[in-house]
Amino acid sequence: MHADALTSPDTLSAALAETAYLADDGLATVTWLAHTLQRPLLLEGEPGTGKTALAEAIAQLLDVPLIRLQCYEGIEASQALYDWDFPRQILHLRAVEALAQEATAGQRVEELEAELFDERFLQARPVLRALREAPCVLLVDEIDRADDEFEAFLLEVLSTWSVSIPELGVVAADTPPFVVLTSNRTRELHDALKRRCLYHWIEHPGLERELAIVRARLPQVEETLAREVVTLVQQVRDDESLVKPPGVAETLDWVRALAALGRSRLDPEVAAATMGAAVKYREDAERVRVALDRMLAG
Amino acid sequence: MSADAPDAGADGSTRPEGWGAGQVLAGFARACRGAGLPVTADRERTFLQACAAVGLGEQARVYWAGRATLTASPADLGAYDRVFGGWFGGVPLDAVSREEPPRPTTVQSPLEDGRGEDDADGQEMLHALASAQEVLRYRDVAGLSPADRAALRRQFTTLRPRPPTRRGRRHTRSRRGEVDGRATVRAHLRNLGEPTRIRWREQAVRRRGVVLLVDVSGSMSSYADALLRLAHTVVQSAPASTEVFTVGTRLTHVTRALRERDPDRALLAAGETVPDWSGGTRLGEAVEVFLRRWGRRGMARGAVVVVLSDGWERQALEALGEQMRRLRSLAHRVVWANPHRGKAGYAPVQAGIVAALPHVDDFVAGHSLATFEELLDVIARA
Repeated sequence: MHADALTSPDTLSAALAETAYLADDGLATVTWLAHTLQRPLLLEGEPGTGKTALAEAIAQLLDVPLIRLQCYEGIEASQALYDWDFPRQILHLRAVEALAQEATAGQRVEELEAELFDERFLQARPVLRALREAPCVLLVDEIDRADDEFEAFLLEVLSTWSVSIPELGVVAADTPPFVVLTSNRTRELHDALKRRCLYHWIEHPGLERELAIVRARLPQVEETLAREVVTLVQQVRDDESLVKPPGVAETLDWVRALAALGRSRLDPEVAAATMGAAVKYREDAERVRVALDRMLAG
Repeated sequence: MSADAPDAGADGSTRPEGWGAGQVLAGFARACRGAGLPVTADRERTFLQACAAVGLGEQARVYWAGRATLTASPADLGAYDRVFGGWFGGVPLDAVSREEPPRPTTVQSPLEDGRGEDDADGQEMLHALASAQEVLRYRDVAGLSPADRAALRRQFTTLRPRPPTRRGRRHTRSRRGEVDGRATVRAHLRNLGEPTRIRWREQAVRRRGVVLLVDVSGSMSSYADALLRLAHTVVQSAPASTEVFTVGTRLTHVTRALRERDPDRALLAAGETVPDWSGGTRLGEAVEVFLRRWGRRGMARGAVVVVLSDGWERQALEALGEQMRRLRSLAHRVVWANPHRGKAGYAPVQAGIVAALPHVDDFVAGHSLATFEELLDVIARA
């Protein structure tokens, strides 16, 4: 961890660049603010614009663990917080029973309870782990896929940085974890949650920035190849009719694929063979091919 | 610098001279609220904290601090930039914020001219009915007199939408399903550690999403009011899992307006958000935009999608067919409700319908209260 990484947005931006994450001025400022004001950072944007990667980069530069909670439809608090290991508890009960002689009943229940709901039967899930292991980065990925109840639960945790477990008491974080929430806007999040967070909308990068990202992430790749792929992706991305515009993540995958084949230039055959790294729909591949022919002809 | 000319005072977006820094910032937050951004008191406080943290030396820093604290969606960015430009004279260069995610070009297509089959002479009066109210249920809403229309509006309250369901991921206690470990352990404990009955749990039932695409183009103008009222009752029955869009020359998201409880107020609010009443139709394009901006990201996935339209699509028929195919590959069921379907002599020959029909699960009528009830049944059973 750089001692001065967090003194200002500029130093943070430089420290992120060292982890090969290139943040523009806006994103660096907002991230720095989230850290300084101890607020969660809510990132929205198209898939593949680097929302998840930012959380990874922050964890890397702060040199703290990254704890990830992937949200899905129907996720419940118990899957995010903690659960008890029921089969083992039942086994324990039976074992105690087999050994039990003549203890008075009242005492036995209390003892048993204390034994059963002990740390060793507790299965900590991401949010609880984040509170216990702070300082750390907690990534709540695709919060929009969870439902309202879960959002409300999360809001509570993010406001107090503590949860209470009936059997164990309150678990509170000494230092709040750095929380990054990502959303693909499949639904509108509640305003209460948004108010708690700092909000940033991430756009796809422009040509020069995307090229810089590819060069930073894949330093071994030849500049000409990187430039050709990025130029092509940029052209295609502006095409309104694309089913699924490729994100930076897809650009990187494609460049990786071409580099693995030992290519230093894009040509129609190899592009067609490797296109699946960047576009995942048949209709889109057709459009990329047209754009490629245009580019090579130009 | 892309400094917009400050909209002089139109929304209080120019800064008075001679204010202190705190006043300027607080005033800016209020100007943002005036421009329709969701600026609450706590957001304003966070904004001031953020400005204190980044310092006021660099305008770009203040810009980003404000954007992170005073906006809540990409749709807010345009207004934010305008107010910021007005107060601080321009926005940073690398803030490429677009008004909202790109929309299709909206070329006004000519109004429907030759009004073909939607002259209201096909009113089918079903005479075997008792009361006037009953009769009204079966009348085509397009041909009603103003008095009848008012009576019908009151009858909309008798519609009972039942949200469709799907199996959720959560569990509830039940008598079958899987072993509920937590409850079983707890029960054992209550019994002083003696094993007791095994408790069971099963997957709970949750609401399935419903998406309504309401055609408000020229050929549908006599139905638009009734269809939006219908949409309003559906939204009221399940506000969290229902989404409504109007379709004309463009696609407009009107769910928020229809969450207003009072139907007349909700319709007014929806009317204000829709820019293209009674224009042309671009059904294929609208479905495509819906899929790109909302549907594929999750709104259409596993949902019941209902298209309420007469299918008067003039251009791009293959496109409509293709988009409907895509829609169906995402949705749980695709329902098409057509106001002409229930009338005597109707055949699905409009080009749009022909293109879409192969990709529709249910093709139903939608011209009277009775047919709306049937449509709600179809949705509930989906």
